Amino acid sequence: MAATVVTVSSGKGGVGKTTTVANIAVALAAQGKTVVCIDSDIGLRNLDVVLGLENRIVYDLVDVVEGRCRLRQAMIRDKRLETLFLIPAAQTRDKSAVSPSDMVRLCDELRPDVDWVLIDSPAGIERGFRNAIAPADKVLVVTNPEISAVRDADRVIGLLEAEGKGPASLIINRVNPALVRRGDMLAVEDVLDLLAIELIGVVPEDENVLIASNKGQPLALDGKSKAGLAFQNIARRLLGEQVPFLEMESTGFLQKLLGRK
Amino acid sequence: MAALLGRKNSADSARERLRLVLIHDRTDLTPAELDVLKDDLIATISRHVDIDPLAVEIRIAQEGRAQRLVADIPLRAGAGRRHK
Repeated sequence: MAATVVTVSSGKGGVGKTTTVANIAVALAAQGKTVVCIDSDIGLRNLDVVLGLENRIVYDLVDVVEGRCRLRQAMIRDKRLETLFLIPAAQTRDKSAVSPSDMVRLCDELRPDVDWVLIDSPAGIERGFRNAIAPADKVLVVTNPEISAVRDADRVIGLLEAEGKGPASLIINRVNPALVRRGDMLAVEDVLDLLAIELIGVVPEDENVLIASNKGQPLALDGKSKAGLAFQNIARRLLGEQVPFLEMESTGFLQKLLGRK
Repeated sequence: MAALLGRKNSADSARERLRLVLIHDRTDLTPAELDVLKDDLIATISRHVDIDPLAVEIRIAQEGRAQRLVADIPLRAGAGRRHK
């Protein structure tokens, strides 16, 4: 095995990075892939609760970097999927406890033994972001169809290009088809036109996302909800499958998308 | 629907505002700085050929994620070289 390291980033906070990492990880593991998620948001860890693994943390990312445990000891195995692992962030330290080269070294140690390493980046474009993108083979940028989120995504995409980590792929999260239809939300093709990078996922706004995080059971564990299905589709696209984008109740974005190509 | 009622969609405003903000973010060039650049350009070109300063258009065009500075500088009818 030779892992692909994928970092999920956004610039702005609260657009759904952690939800995206949790769901793509679950969807990849459900396909039998060995997946390690790394929460690189040191001081503000959350991937553990979204995955429902918060009670099983013994060691964390900083413990590995500072040599208090071996890498394997910090990998928490998921209860439901035995090929899914989490390396949690430290909660009582800050971003400076880890360096970009620490992250590269850690991922290089994982690469021979796993299929996918998914890194949850903190918001912002400072040290935590630099740490998260340093080992990345591919970066997914998450945004919402909202003016500040798109602006921050553009900044991150530009920084990734400058760092030689581009071109990134785009996930547009929390699309509300009714608002788009009414003309009160940017449509998928608007965001794509502005950001001008490849689209890898469109996720509709879905109350099941909140319910899932309440329970610590990522949606993509079962594909019954629309958002869960959208995340499963992103995982399949990462695996190289050609998967059509979900039809968003007559917003017509798919037709326009196909018309563009 | 909203268009029929003569109201501008808020999504249209968002798109237009974002377009302008992103140009500035990507080029780090404010509209005021662009005006200064335009004046300099007009002054320089006017030393060589006869142009109408009011007809000069300068803008930043987008091609994917690349930016291009596009200047449209019409020459005055019969504009000859100013200096030999």
